[in-house]
Amino acid sequence: MALLLLAGGWTAPAWALSDPAEQLPDAAQEQRARVIGRELRCLVCQNQSIEDSDADLARDLRRIVREQVAAGRSDEQVMAFLHDRYGDFVLLRPPFTAGTALLWATPVLALGGGALLVLGLRRRRAAPVPAALTAAEQARLAELDRMP
Amino acid sequence: MSEAAPNPWRRRALLGLPLLAAGGAGLGFWAMLRGLGTGSYDPHGVPSALLGKAPPDFALPAPAGSELPALAASDLHGLARPVLVNFFASWCVPCVIEHPQLMALKRQGVPVFGVAYKDKPADALGFIARRGNPYTRLAADEPGRVAIDWGVYGVPESYLIDRQGIIRWRWAGPITEDTVAADLGPLLRRYSA
Repeated sequence: MALLLLAGGWTAPAWALSDPAEQLPDAAQEQRARVIGRELRCLVCQNQSIEDSDADLARDLRRIVREQVAAGRSDEQVMAFLHDRYGDFVLLRPPFTAGTALLWATPVLALGGGALLVLGLRRRRAAPVPAALTAAEQARLAELDRMP
Repeated sequence: MSEAAPNPWRRRALLGLPLLAAGGAGLGFWAMLRGLGTGSYDPHGVPSALLGKAPPDFALPAPAGSELPALAASDLHGLARPVLVNFFASWCVPCVIEHPQLMALKRQGVPVFGVAYKDKPADALGFIARRGNPYTRLAADEPGRVAIDWGVYGVPESYLIDRQGIIRWRWAGPITEDTVAADLGPLLRRYSA
């Protein structure tokens, strides 16, 4: 019920999907279609999701998503339908595979590298304890002290 | 607690690792730029999910008024020789650019099957009548839904189907002389054997 109220209270935001004719009559289904659509890349404009894009192909893909949601397909089935046709590229959140491992590991590698660097620098700053003065140095210092 | 002289290996690593990382990144960028130049690397290119697979099941009508046979999935296996399936449209400028290459393929005896994508039948037929017909089959995909099943994201887009009916190559964008020389020509020779 809370979900329905939430979905019903959803006001159309400022993205491209402004044509009410495109929207599903069922608010909960429309909301689901939007969530799915925001995970899918517009193949033409590439840095927008199909929900955000005005491209013809994005409109067609939005329609497909809505048809399938209305037909009772699960989110996973709808995503799989488009993944089968357009591959990993259509997913704005790429799956973790051998090919994308480096991509996903980048934040960890950068953070870990930074942490190692900070640790190393701190240790180095703490490390150098000045060596004790030699006898010759002490004598020379004493000499300097005596100077007017 | 006096510390010994710093480990020389540590110093070498501190000096060498950043150099190595910079060198590696430089090599990577160089390879990317080279790929951009030769066309083997395209950061905007969408790799086809259908390579090595059979085309999706479909049956498209011929555009109204066309005398050429239409195209269905059943026309794409058990072939005498590899064929090129070409998605095009009369409203598409790069399709005009690639048209002479399709005509040249036709002269070489390569069957080219055309799919008019989101095009009015009269416009698609007019395009062919004006510029010459490279197609042995011609289908119309006015809603553009079959194209989505193929993973098409723009026109022109071409798929090479081998004799067993498997998609071996996909080219998004106009086929140029360079495309034929570097990719399509050798692939046609390989899959004709």
